[in-house]
Amino acid sequence: MAINKPYNNRAWLGVLPVLLIVSFSAVIPLMTVVNYSVQDILDFNSRFYVGLDWYRETLQDPRFIDAFGRQVLFSLSVLAIEIPLGILVARGLPKSGAWTSVLLILLAVPLLIPWNVVGTIWQIYARSDIGLLGVGLNELGLAFNYTSNPTHAWLTLIAMDVWHWTSLVALLSFAGLTSVPPAYYQAAELDGASKWQVFRYVEMPRLGGVLVIAVLLRLMDSFMIYTEPFVLTGGGPGNATTFLSQYLATMAVGQFDLGPAAAFSVIYFLFILLFCWIFYNSVMSDETVEDVVEDRADDNETRHHD
Amino acid sequence: MTSVSRWVLVFYCIYLLLPLYWLMTMALRTNSDITGKFEVIPSNPTLANFAEIVTNPVWYQAFGNSLSYVVLNTLISICVALPAAYVFSRYRFLGDRQLFFWLLTNRMAPPAVFLLPFFQLYSSIGLFDTPLAVALAHCLFTVPLSVWILEGFMSGVPSEVDEMAKIDGHSFPYFFFRIFIPINRGAIGVTLFFCFMFSWVELLLARTLTGSTTKPIVVVMTRTVSASGLDWGVLAAAGALTVVPGIIVVWFVRKHLVKGFALGRV
Repeated sequence: MAINKPYNNRAWLGVLPVLLIVSFSAVIPLMTVVNYSVQDILDFNSRFYVGLDWYRETLQDPRFIDAFGRQVLFSLSVLAIEIPLGILVARGLPKSGAWTSVLLILLAVPLLIPWNVVGTIWQIYARSDIGLLGVGLNELGLAFNYTSNPTHAWLTLIAMDVWHWTSLVALLSFAGLTSVPPAYYQAAELDGASKWQVFRYVEMPRLGGVLVIAVLLRLMDSFMIYTEPFVLTGGGPGNATTFLSQYLATMAVGQFDLGPAAAFSVIYFLFILLFCWIFYNSVMSDETVEDVVEDRADDNETRHHD
Repeated sequence: MTSVSRWVLVFYCIYLLLPLYWLMTMALRTNSDITGKFEVIPSNPTLANFAEIVTNPVWYQAFGNSLSYVVLNTLISICVALPAAYVFSRYRFLGDRQLFFWLLTNRMAPPAVFLLPFFQLYSSIGLFDTPLAVALAHCLFTVPLSVWILEGFMSGVPSEVDEMAKIDGHSFPYFFFRIFIPINRGAIGVTLFFCFMFSWVELLLARTLTGSTTKPIVVVMTRTVSASGLDWGVLAAAGALTVVPGIIVVWFVRKHLVKGFALGRV
């Protein structure tokens, strides 16, 4: 897409409403958090400036490090399952017809269920006394109980996240697959390409862009996960499924440790921002390279015409 | 490999449907029935749980509360995102890329980070416990997303359309509202879907910013869980009902859904 857009600073007028409304919801609260993070707040009338103490304390806090480790493990696990599974599901979808609509709507359903309801659904589905899954597994001779066994709690959470979010990857991949021109498939068939080669050289290049979006969204959202584990396991058994957001919420709302919670928030947010920035720049620089190459190709063409 | 994918799809759909089926059977049984015996197909189904929700003001008001802030949020998001997406798609200007990135970072901000400051901010301006507070707080995620999706779609509309309208002597407002917005109907439908989706499903901010008068459905559900004598049947029925608005919305935008999921950028 090498459209040359005119340069016009009056365009700021169009962005102004967005800027105002997002600033109100983002900048003021963020500044409040930064402000808290450098103070010791006993109550709102007695507070002391403590500099970077809370940051130091948070980064050395073993509970923070544990929660962070669990968070990374969780995010990587769900990504490792959801991305390949999502691609396979998308490839299995018929490209057109009545079934396509039905299946697409079915796939979209988990995305539209309130997150605590997702937790509730899995709670009543996996419980070993009243749940279909829980009772079923116990009937098969497995002593499945996610409320007392940390491994089972983990597996249930991952199964729930796969249930909840694989659809997003599948719908994104499907959008990418439908953009492959049918002629490409015919050409590949004429060349006698194997099914794997069709996937690798015809479909994968088209999927690249949407997969980047899928990975980004899933990575960020799984890193912020709060509601579903809160409802399903409550962070337990013990602290086995306490992730970053949950630890933070306990600290800020439950124990009212404003300073440490704020420092935690800033570190948490910076970490996500760093991810985002690296990612955005790598995607953007790719795009610029493409633009340059396209522009050169255009130049060459015009020269030939001369 | 295609046949493998087809089988994966079939198994995945079953995997998707089983918990939903279980939710429905729970919703159709009384609580003593649920805790009393285990059965895969309910032997004496009842609509009592649904009746409880429809007749109890705590439940149906909560439903109304949720819908009111979701609708408000969707309206605000689309109204402010339309002009912004238009200028992003048509012009380059000082700091445009930085601004776009900044908007996206807000989509990435963990809600847990903002809980307390939001509470204080909205309390201090007297908006606490109003639908507007939740709607504005959700704008943090829905506005950047709306701009992102709409910009993608609008970039696909050739700028010749703008020029033609000018040549025909139409003023800019006429062009924008009577020509450009109708062209982007599908895009607006998809954006609506995404705003609805992220505002409807959110719990953390909604819970923090609402008090006794505007309690949303998602919060009433969690309070029922902590109350004594957990009623699984009513809980399942409420859960089943929260799925309904989503299905209605997805039905209306089904034709544009795939394009929208690519965020207009494929």
